[in-house]
Amino acid sequence: MKILVPVKRVVDYNVKIRVKPDGSGVDTANVKMSMNPFDEIAVEEAIRLKEAGVASEVVAVSCGVAQCQETLRAAMAMGADRGILVQTDVELQPLAVAKLLKAVVEKEQPGLVIAGKQAIDDDANQTGQMLAALLGWPQATFASKVVVTDGKLTVTREVDGGLETLELPLPAVITTDLRLNEPRFATLPNIMKAKKKPIDTLTPEALGVDVTPRLATLKVEEPPKRKAGVMVGSVDELIEKLRNEAKVI
Amino acid sequence: MNSSKSPYYTPEHEAYRESLRRWVATEIEPYADQWDEEGTFPRELYRKAAQIGLIPMGYPEEYGGIPADLFYLIIGAQELARAGAGGVSASLLSHTIGTPPIVRGGSPELKARVLPGILSGEKISALAITEPSGGSDVANLRTRAVRDGDHYVVNGSKTFITSGMRADYYTVAVRTGGPGRDGISLLLIERDRPGFSRTALERKMGWWASDTATLYFEDCRVPVGNLLGEENRGFRLIMENFNQERIFLAAGCNGFSRVCYEEALNYARQRHTFGRPLAEHQVVRHKLVDMLMRINATQAYLESLAWRIEQGERPIADVCLLKNQATLTMEFCAREAVQIFGGAGYLRGNKVERIYREVRVNAIGGGAEEIMRDLAARQLGI
Repeated sequence: MKILVPVKRVVDYNVKIRVKPDGSGVDTANVKMSMNPFDEIAVEEAIRLKEAGVASEVVAVSCGVAQCQETLRAAMAMGADRGILVQTDVELQPLAVAKLLKAVVEKEQPGLVIAGKQAIDDDANQTGQMLAALLGWPQATFASKVVVTDGKLTVTREVDGGLETLELPLPAVITTDLRLNEPRFATLPNIMKAKKKPIDTLTPEALGVDVTPRLATLKVEEPPKRKAGVMVGSVDELIEKLRNEAKVI
Repeated sequence: MNSSKSPYYTPEHEAYRESLRRWVATEIEPYADQWDEEGTFPRELYRKAAQIGLIPMGYPEEYGGIPADLFYLIIGAQELARAGAGGVSASLLSHTIGTPPIVRGGSPELKARVLPGILSGEKISALAITEPSGGSDVANLRTRAVRDGDHYVVNGSKTFITSGMRADYYTVAVRTGGPGRDGISLLLIERDRPGFSRTALERKMGWWASDTATLYFEDCRVPVGNLLGEENRGFRLIMENFNQERIFLAAGCNGFSRVCYEEALNYARQRHTFGRPLAEHQVVRHKLVDMLMRINATQAYLESLAWRIEQGERPIADVCLLKNQATLTMEFCAREAVQIFGGAGYLRGNKVERIYREVRVNAIGGGAEEIMRDLAARQLGI
């Protein structure tokens, strides 16, 4: 079975985000970019399935600018076998990415897609679900445990009330939650091997997908600055402030 | 370090730096204080360090190594330094001084027997040169190895040996011939040879997590197959080894200097005095930029020298000067960082206090500052 893992290039989780002065978006000039952490979990899960003999090939796919190649190399340094870059300079929104991934799925015919549940930049949490809907495949989102037996998929999900277990036929789409696994560190030999692994470059046009944005961002603002605290003199004063200023009691 | 625009580092170097940074932050940094106080660290860390590539890098593939240029070694030393745990760095990577003479001088049988274990992190390799009677004066070392049939019989002792307690293989300098440098050989001595014993040197200024020891050889019989290089030609092997050790040491020192700078900068931004963050007081901000100036100069020297060595040069004088440049920078940065931390920097349990205590071992070990100056002057014909 082939597993397809979409990976997104995002601002590194350690970077302090700055909003552009004109409010048009987030400043990404000279900012460290990395693979979306949820996608690392997806890559790790796919590699583990390959190591367990369930999967035969792990293909990483990234959509976006030419530098997304670095993200694909990172996936291949972890253990993915090859990469596919769908290259475009157009700003990509979840529906466009889902359509691109659908076209890649039709071309590659994987038995399973494992995606991150959301990306840490826009936190949209939509692409995996949209992809499953477009393909007409079953989906299991926020997976905390994945078991494949006899062509059947058992996925445990963390839900508000506890754990939910789903059984799905293959092919299917899974999205990963934080506790699914701990991604491995890329070792030096694997980083060197990744350099020689192939990356195919496609374009939205070649895949017949219109990626024109459907949503417009009107304005991006910094969250309000936290105000300095006040020392209250007594419990009575605290209650008074909670009741009349904060209006929480 | 901040090398995205550097001519020396490829995207693979950068990818490895990033992976190592996370590895060090996960596997070492959280335990650095605890291991230092305990005076040791888990042996399991050697296996983990081998897996990520730290131990096998730069060694031949046929013995489990990963061929890699000097810049990978610099990245390794400097990322490891980010934990601010010099004792862990020193023991974990003691093979960087113990093993090159085995690669250069060991017989194919010896290499096949010991290198795979060392490079996979199963076995620990140490270098033993310094003796109770002298360290820098290598040409006059006294430990004797006398040929007896197909064995050498070794008598004498070695001291200040890093990984001295836990190592499995010791690369030991011995006198096989007459006085002076032309009577010296290198022998590989396994820890379980009868007549070989060790005592720990536990009360040190720094490097607490590192196992330092004195070694004793009493009629210790070592097979002649354990000879590294030719008999009485060990001095050259030792000196060649020092060159790489010094590059590696300098890289690590500048990593520690960088940690001092970053820790001091963070502290100076958080801590307020006289109504302002420390960093906004001219006297403190000037300390910070003076640290960075020296760190950047040392890093540039280190990388340009590494590049020259990669091109096949043997710039011995520059390697000596680089080592001093790096340890003096570390001395300056550790001093200024502790000053900026004030009382907090005098308390145990933080990186700058630990690095402050580890300045001297770097300025003495691997060639004392005074010896470095003299060797450089002689090499330059001054």
